[in-house]
Amino acid sequence: MKILHCPLNGPRNISEFVCGGEVVEMPEAGAATDGEWADYVFGHENARGAVREWWFHVPTAYWFIAERDTGTDEILRTYPASEVFGRRPP
Amino acid sequence: MPLGLIGHGLRAGRRPRRALPPEARLRPRYDVAIIGAGGHGLAAAYYLARDHGITDVAVLDKGWLGGGNTARNTTIVRSNYLTPEGVRFYDESIRLFRGLSGELDFNILYSERGHLTLAHTDAALRTMRWRAEVNKHLGVESEMVGLDELARLCPPLNLDRGARFPILGALHHKPGAIARHDAVAWGYAIAAARRGVEIHQNTEVTGILTEKGRVTGVETSRGRIACGKVLQAVAGSSSLLAAMAGFRLPIQTVPLQACVTEPLKPFLDPIVVSGSLHVYVSQSARGELVMGGPTDPYALYSQRSTLEWKEGLAAPMLALFPFLAEVRVLRQWAGLADMTPDFSPIMGLTPVQNYYIDAGWGTWGFKATPVCGKRMAETVATGKPPSPIAPFDLGRFAAFRQLGERGAASVGH
Ligand SMILES: Cc1cc2nc3c(=O)[nH]c(=O)nc-3n(C[C@H](O)[C@H](O)[C@H](O)COP(=O)(O)OP(=O)(O)OC[C@H]3O[C@@H](n4cnc5c(N)ncnc54)[C@H](O)[C@@H]3O)c2cc1C
Repeated sequence: MKILHCPLNGPRNISEFVCGGEVVEMPEAGAATDGEWADYVFGHENARGAVREWWFHVPTAYWFIAERDTGTDEILRTYPASEVFGRRPP
Repeated sequence: MPLGLIGHGLRAGRRPRRALPPEARLRPRYDVAIIGAGGHGLAAAYYLARDHGITDVAVLDKGWLGGGNTARNTTIVRSNYLTPEGVRFYDESIRLFRGLSGELDFNILYSERGHLTLAHTDAALRTMRWRAEVNKHLGVESEMVGLDELARLCPPLNLDRGARFPILGALHHKPGAIARHDAVAWGYAIAAARRGVEIHQNTEVTGILTEKGRVTGVETSRGRIACGKVLQAVAGSSSLLAAMAGFRLPIQTVPLQACVTEPLKPFLDPIVVSGSLHVYVSQSARGELVMGGPTDPYALYSQRSTLEWKEGLAAPMLALFPFLAEVRVLRQWAGLADMTPDFSPIMGLTPVQNYYIDAGWGTWGFKATPVCGKRMAETVATGKPPSPIAPFDLGRFAAFRQLGERGAASVGH
């Protein structure tokens, strides 16, 4: 079984996790065009190589961020979301 | 007898005939470049030549002919989908498949076995009734069957009511079929080459050249080619090619695995699918059980096989056919499924002029090989997607016109 290192729970079987998709910035609600919204909702980078994604540890309901290589199936780094989303917008 | 056989093989006039002409040099210009020599790209090349007289065509593949998903799939052909657009489209493919061996003069071993989708819950029964009604309305043979009929159609199936997830009924789709997948690719390749199409293997497309929003050529690992029109038919690599052309797709690339067992005496006639248990199985002409299940749980471009997947397959498979416990798995492999959010494909125009797309085939595109090739050839030749494929355009997502096929496509490919 592949092991994913959860920032909260340590190394766990990857079957305990769910992938939540690419980390993307939400467009500004008032300013975005319909096309930008549709792309935000449906579009994916779907890159081969290093990607940054949301992951969820199901038993503890904990969301965090993982960087992994979609070409080699290696997990590069995992860390709490606060590293990226440290501050709330005013 | 072996000596006689060797003599027979050596006798003059019995040399195997070369299926494809030797590979030509890559020329600097073609009318049409098709990226991807899978079933889809090769079928499109064939119909471009047959129906539209366009033969100045190069089919380019980074690997070998049919080495992608085309020869990795579990070859299920069916048309019992959920949306009228989908049912009509896949039904046209079945009609083309039925005549394909004759048309291509190449035996694709098309075998109509009947297709059973098992229901283990009331919710599954409800979706199947819905599918059966949509199918019948459009003239596609599909009906609900109860346990007695199921026992007749598939005697080895475990219909024990005391099972953990007892079977309640099934959707029976008589035209459901299997075929030799690599024969489909080779049949189209040979027939297209005979009409003048060039097939270039080991030729990777590394860039798309555009001028003022219109495609003018492609950059390849063997040099640059100018071309009037380009069709991308690269399945799992769809987003990578689209990125080269400068646009994004609503696609995630996820591995899909399958396996076969050692050959057994023929005992399983129909194709059997369980949506609730997430497994399906058919018996090939060689006697192997061809088995499949869900896609991998996260996006990936690696075609590795995993132990988890095999383990996940074994338990539900044994619930359906307990006597398989002693049977050994021979081979396991993976392909790359280009998954769309609505489980329907993307065919037609793109933001780049003269650059056409055939993508989003996820886990269900083998059955569409003939119809998609034919309709994409029409699109490339005329510049306009014909009505059967018009609803599957890339623009449907921004317009919220999705074609939801999840209920009919998420497990039974
Ligand atoms: C395990 C498995 C089971 C399946 N079961 C079924 C089933 O039962 N029924 C069904 O209908 N469908 C099934 N499918 C889906 C089906 O196999 C695919 O949808 C279908 O084969 C897609 O065909 P294609 O010709 O578009 O793609 P492919 O056969 O994948 O061909 C694409 C080609 O593009 C080439 N390529 C990629 N990038 C480049 C580049 N940059 N330059 C040049 N060439 C490039 C690749 O080398 C490849 O040969 C299954 C798939 C898998 C993986």
